[in-house]
Amino acid sequence: MYFAKELLDSSSKMRTKWEDEVKKVIAKTPDQKPRWSTVSDLEIRRLYGPEDIKDMDFEKDIGYPGQFPYLRGNQPTGYRGKYWTFRMFAGMGDAKTTNERWHMLLKEGQTGLSTAFDFPTLMGYDSDCPKARGECGKCGVAIDTLEDFMQLVEGIPMDKVTTSMTINPPATALWAMYCAAAEIRGIPLTKIGGTIQNDMLKEFIAQKTLMCPPDASVRLISDTVEFGTKYVPRWNTISISGYHIREAGATAVQELAFTLRDGMEYVEDVIRRKGLDVDEFAPRLSFFFNSHSDFFEEIAKLRAARRIWAKAMRDRYKSKDERSWWMRFHTQTAGCSLTAQQPYNNVVRTATQALAAVLGGTQSLHTNSLDEVLCLPSDHAVQIALRTQQIIAEETGAANTIDPLAGSYFVEALTNEMEEKAWEYIHKIDEMGGMVAAIEKGFPQLEIADAAYLYQRQIDSGEKIMIGINKYVSDEATPIPLIEIDDSVEAQQIERLQAVRRKRDGKAVKKALDDIKNACKKGDNVMPYCIEAVKSLASVQEICDVYREVYGEYRDPGLY
Amino acid sequence: MERVKKIQSGDVRTASRLIRHLEDGMQEARSMMKHLFPLTGHSHVIGITGSPGAGKSTLVDGLVEAFRKKDKTVGVLAVDPTSPFTGGAILGDRIRMQRHAEDTGVFIRSLATRGALGGLAKAVGDAIHIMDVMGKDIVLVETVGTGQQEVDIINHSHTVIVVLIPGMGDEIQAIKAGILEIADIFIINKADREGSSKLRREIMAMLDMAPASAFPAGWRPPILKCDNAFEPEGFTKSLYEVSQTIEGHYQHLVNHGLLGSRVHRKTAMELNEAIRCSVLEPVLSALAATGELDAMIDRLMKKETDPYTLAEEIARRYLKVCS
Amino acid sequence: MAEKKIRVMVAKPGLDGHDRGARVLARCFRDAGFEVIYTGCHQTPEQIASAAIQEDVDVVGLSCLSGAHRYLFPAVVEQLKERGGDDIAVVGGGIIPEQDFKLLYDAGLKAIFVPGATLDGIVDWFKTNIKTRD
Repeated sequence: MYFAKELLDSSSKMRTKWEDEVKKVIAKTPDQKPRWSTVSDLEIRRLYGPEDIKDMDFEKDIGYPGQFPYLRGNQPTGYRGKYWTFRMFAGMGDAKTTNERWHMLLKEGQTGLSTAFDFPTLMGYDSDCPKARGECGKCGVAIDTLEDFMQLVEGIPMDKVTTSMTINPPATALWAMYCAAAEIRGIPLTKIGGTIQNDMLKEFIAQKTLMCPPDASVRLISDTVEFGTKYVPRWNTISISGYHIREAGATAVQELAFTLRDGMEYVEDVIRRKGLDVDEFAPRLSFFFNSHSDFFEEIAKLRAARRIWAKAMRDRYKSKDERSWWMRFHTQTAGCSLTAQQPYNNVVRTATQALAAVLGGTQSLHTNSLDEVLCLPSDHAVQIALRTQQIIAEETGAANTIDPLAGSYFVEALTNEMEEKAWEYIHKIDEMGGMVAAIEKGFPQLEIADAAYLYQRQIDSGEKIMIGINKYVSDEATPIPLIEIDDSVEAQQIERLQAVRRKRDGKAVKKALDDIKNACKKGDNVMPYCIEAVKSLASVQEICDVYREVYGEYRDPGLY
Repeated sequence: MERVKKIQSGDVRTASRLIRHLEDGMQEARSMMKHLFPLTGHSHVIGITGSPGAGKSTLVDGLVEAFRKKDKTVGVLAVDPTSPFTGGAILGDRIRMQRHAEDTGVFIRSLATRGALGGLAKAVGDAIHIMDVMGKDIVLVETVGTGQQEVDIINHSHTVIVVLIPGMGDEIQAIKAGILEIADIFIINKADREGSSKLRREIMAMLDMAPASAFPAGWRPPILKCDNAFEPEGFTKSLYEVSQTIEGHYQHLVNHGLLGSRVHRKTAMELNEAIRCSVLEPVLSALAATGELDAMIDRLMKKETDPYTLAEEIARRYLKVCS
Repeated sequence: MAEKKIRVMVAKPGLDGHDRGARVLARCFRDAGFEVIYTGCHQTPEQIASAAIQEDVDVVGLSCLSGAHRYLFPAVVEQLKERGGDDIAVVGGGIIPEQDFKLLYDAGLKAIFVPGATLDGIVDWFKTNIKTRD
């Protein structure tokens, strides 16, 4: 028991008295609304007290930072040794433009890089593919071949700065480019560090960047995990992502549960398919969460995530290495919470969401820019977003002490509740035969669709509030300066790609692609062959077309 | 009739608009059907039924591909349920078939049930005729798949396919819903799943219990297995086999002079439906328009009379011969 | 017994897979009593136009969050025209900056909805402005 019996007894007496008071007050001044709940519609009580956490066990459930169950963080020193990594997601137009933005961010005090690719690259199509019309460079950087990539990392100290790449189906091709670029620059693979998102399960569940069917997709991911474990030890080969699940309309609990169950699916697949010991690769798994508007719910979610993962790794997968028990994660503030109306309000939203991420103990953070609901962020908007993180780190005192909300009746009770509800989902998915089976049944997709619809209805009815949308609406437009990606980027990029095609050795490219195909068919690891292929200047699509040919194409079943 | 010619030449715009008029119950559309009816009789109509999640739409998509490879033109009618609360519907079967959207040899049309029971929409029969007149060699009709009494499909098709998947307790559901008896072909979909052999054995056992008369001219419904659609090679092969069996069934009907009995059933049903539309509906509309219908219901509620007497009165008024 | 229902196609052109808005809208239209044909993600303008004709819809609603609307939305209007579907209205939504509105309206779009548009507002617009055939 967490509290002495005497304390609970006296608390119980005082509670009764307080409850009587509440009744009296309500009789005169009723509450503003009958039901108070989080943005995810989780009901919240008027007050939390000792009785709400009386069943907790300090040693088992709370503990100390750097100790199981890591509720209070992985690092014994918290943020005192190092703040979280300030990592702003950036990419637009061609490689040269994005490289300039990266240098600007590093100059402004950013400590890690994060790459946004355009849709053709994300889907494994080249800029000149008919399906890519109109998309080139629009929502990220266009990369077709290693030539583009070399320009992207021009002047970037690849052995010092870690780089995250948000890339999923073509992750093998883009990571191969990073490895090849390092080799060409004379930097050994053991020295480079970073993350590829490489999380296909959440694509089937939420974001729909699709290429091959689920099983084949997980197979390619296991290849990268194996390759990283052996040759690129500082690389996080999967960033298991809840961000997109949340953006698709999931509740906080669904985000937590589906993301962690995805993580478990990858662990099980690598063990089964590659025969690796869990502790050989689990320390390089990383996570990526959303930080939404409901302040305490987000803090509780992040704390619960660490505790669930530690328990799962130790007890479910019998991992021995405590580094496997650590949940390391990046956080991004919630894009879906931003409004096009009164856009400057977005700065405030992002600031409180970022503070929640920090109080939840994130290791890395992207803060959205105020204009991201309208287009890619302008330099000025990005600077404000980065400064938001710097202000939280260096002015607010939020980083002074570790996990400052621990022991709060409310935060601990909410953390427990989220963990409990997440395990319910996890067990349900176990019963369905795992996440791939659940996805094939459409289970997580439909749960999220229901939650998204409910939320939209609550916004429409005014039960949930978005300032500027359904309350404090202003008819006055607030014009803000927006950047525009010139439509000419597409023509230039296509020209560039075709020039590469003309000058490269066609035979070498064909052989390299055939080698990848053979590896796919034989079940060999594709990564070494991908590195050779990108060096021969094979394009992203050419590599992905091999996968499509061997494994087939997956089309969105469009569940609603 | 210019529109008839247009439909005969395969004009999608005209055909789809006419289907829409029929769905909306527009009188003028029904008279169009008079001109189209004599032109029908070319298409092989294939009904596909089975419970939700059985993968009907993916199967239809695969069949479209298989028949297109044989150079046959294909029409698809995909039925989804209308919400009884709002009258609206999400018609989502098409999602799985969108890759054929640009193939001019394929015409896919989604229909909502709009309150019709039996797993189809009221306009399905006419829509089949329209696709027939357009010259489609094959017309695939996908039922709602609620697991309810989806036996209407048999009145519209030459060949009925019942799709089942292992491990869903499907077999029992299907027996309850009475859809096993209507199958000309069984497909065990997602056959790589556990329980597929058990499901096969159960269907076999059920067929073994059926009397010989249940198999017209000795056609015992074959049970085909379909690989998981995520294994493209196997799936395509399975679908080729299914298309062969479908054609085999049609040939069987032709060889044994059974096509006539199917057509007879279909025609009888159509006549039934047409009489209902021309006789019953105008009467009901007239009664509703004058408020007489509501008045009668009030009288019934007060037990002043009974429905049988009222019906006879109405019959005497409108149908001189009957009285 | 005749009842003319509004038929709507909800489509996602291009490579963007952010379908939250499209799917929420599909449900919302159903609840408003419309018949909704949903195409799923990753559709080309040609596929969308063909499907709209085959389904005889009154209006096509496009959703795009990738920034490619400048090309994709006008392309759908163009493809509809080519197939004799000039009378089918096209509307769009997504991450669309105001500076692009003129280009899209000039291309023939009938309405543009940006983040923050309410479901009821969108349905009202449809009920007022979409005329199902005579």
